[in-house]
Amino acid sequence: MAIVAEEARPVAGPGRGPVPRPGRSRAGVRRSLVRSVPLVPAIVLLAIFLLGPVISSFYGSFTDASLTGSAAQGSSFVGFANYAELFADPDFPKSILLTLVFLVASAIVGQNVLGLGLAILMRSSSRFTRGMVGTFVVTAWVLPEIVASFAAYAFFNDTGTLNTLLASVGLEGTNWLYATPMLAVILANIWRGTAFSMLVYSAALQDVPPEITESAEVDGARGWQRLAFITVPMIRRSISTNLMLTTLQTLSVFTLIFVMTGGGPGTDSSTLPVLAYQEAFQFGKLGFGTAIATILLLVGAVFSVVYLRALKPEVD
Amino acid sequence: MGMTSPSRRSLRAVSNGVLLLIGAAFALPLVWLVLASVDERATLSIKLPDAVSLQNFVDVMTPEKAFVPLLNSLVLSGGCALITVVVAVLAAYPLSRYRMRINKPFLYGVLFGTCLPITAMMVPVYSLFVAFNLIDSMGGTILFLAATSLPMAIYMTKSFMDSVPISLEEAAWMDGASMMTTLTRVVVPLMRPGLAVVFIFVFIGAWGNFFVPFVLLLSPDKLPAAVSIFAFFGQYGTVAYGQLAAFSLLYSVPVITLYVFISRVLGGSSALAGAVKG
Repeated sequence: MAIVAEEARPVAGPGRGPVPRPGRSRAGVRRSLVRSVPLVPAIVLLAIFLLGPVISSFYGSFTDASLTGSAAQGSSFVGFANYAELFADPDFPKSILLTLVFLVASAIVGQNVLGLGLAILMRSSSRFTRGMVGTFVVTAWVLPEIVASFAAYAFFNDTGTLNTLLASVGLEGTNWLYATPMLAVILANIWRGTAFSMLVYSAALQDVPPEITESAEVDGARGWQRLAFITVPMIRRSISTNLMLTTLQTLSVFTLIFVMTGGGPGTDSSTLPVLAYQEAFQFGKLGFGTAIATILLLVGAVFSVVYLRALKPEVD
Repeated sequence: MGMTSPSRRSLRAVSNGVLLLIGAAFALPLVWLVLASVDERATLSIKLPDAVSLQNFVDVMTPEKAFVPLLNSLVLSGGCALITVVVAVLAAYPLSRYRMRINKPFLYGVLFGTCLPITAMMVPVYSLFVAFNLIDSMGGTILFLAATSLPMAIYMTKSFMDSVPISLEEAAWMDGASMMTTLTRVVVPLMRPGLAVVFIFVFIGAWGNFFVPFVLLLSPDKLPAAVSIFAFFGQYGTVAYGQLAAFSLLYSVPVITLYVFISRVLGGSSALAGAVKG
């Protein structure tokens, strides 16, 4: 770095002098302030549109705000009433359970296992197969969510592709979206999201040196042993990162479920984001919906903190 | 492959077989979309059209059905991507070039922001927009979309900027250039490919977003394609599956094209996942 002392300039040029220690001297403080000016637009945007809703979510969950009626004009503080009502409402514990089922089945098991399986199979398949299968899997992921949701809706519909296929082999399907709504949205979310895990694991597997698996092969380790004792431990960092990211993504899935089942029948497929929407916008209970949103935000925050602490992504 | 022992070859055959089966399952919903779009009498199930026709596309390619919503999508996503990239470049510069006390907390805050479940926030965001009188405002929606894509964009921009060598900037500083001049004249031109990647990444995300404009925008003439497709489905969906599929394809093609382009630029399809890997 060029060391040129020229403090009189209003805008401190980059790299003048050694790394400043803010707080050491007034000049240092000023220089540090000037240097952080470009951060201001980002801080303003994030404060208004991300931090703002988070704070108003916490506050709003303690009020009786609603979209219609007397409470729509002015809302008043009601303490923990929304939360008390929330836990008394049978839909809420049910929704928590549905969200957990959705997370575990579609993200933690479905997308991760299938993604890892695809990545492993692709290493021992022909280039043509790899390219074609990869294209289909990634296309389902790249499609805009509303289009993917319609495609999944059509597939599982009573008169949809799945039942046509079942009929062609002599089986009688059912109305999947009504009879087994959770199964339908779980399979749809696996279809939609597996590409991400597949890409992450493909990249991770490329970093496993082939000599190690080869030497294990020479020592007589079978295929599944090499997978369980060598490959998986070597990519464990990617696995935990990916588990965390797919969990967070799946926690906020809304459109897929909203389009396929609308949370129904009844609330049989209302995961927390869908329930928050229904309560706030369909039943007009804004405070109720906000309380659900607050709980979701807290769950997301806990996951994020665990993720950041456990994996310590590099920030420098 | 030089040495292909019998076990290797059978392994390959099994892998290919299993993969093709999974691939077929993944392809079915996509194939329906394509076949239905060229079938005037499309149903919800895959079937070969009696006659391939482009009538569905002709039917939806009218200003109110397709062009206005697509234009709205372009304004929303383009505006969001532009604002995000400019703000992200500004923020990334001091983060990348100076060691300041604010760096670490800021970057951890940003990473934390990338993890927040945005859909969980839409109810409080709606209340906030009502309070600020921003409901049904394109500008407000663009700013919100920009704020939600900003954390990831800052993180990506900073890592692209970190790989730009500092030596050229040193020359500019010696000539007395200010921070902003150095940034706009030296750094930004050097990282144009990286900025294009960030722009496209944000654009794709905003283009596909359904929930945010669905909650924040009301007027039919402001709705982007994602929301108007949903409205179209509610109005005619039970009869006009072919048109629905045709509109969906028209709306999807731009982002698929951009994705193919971006993965070529970054070399390999793992690029986006790599960028997100953290």
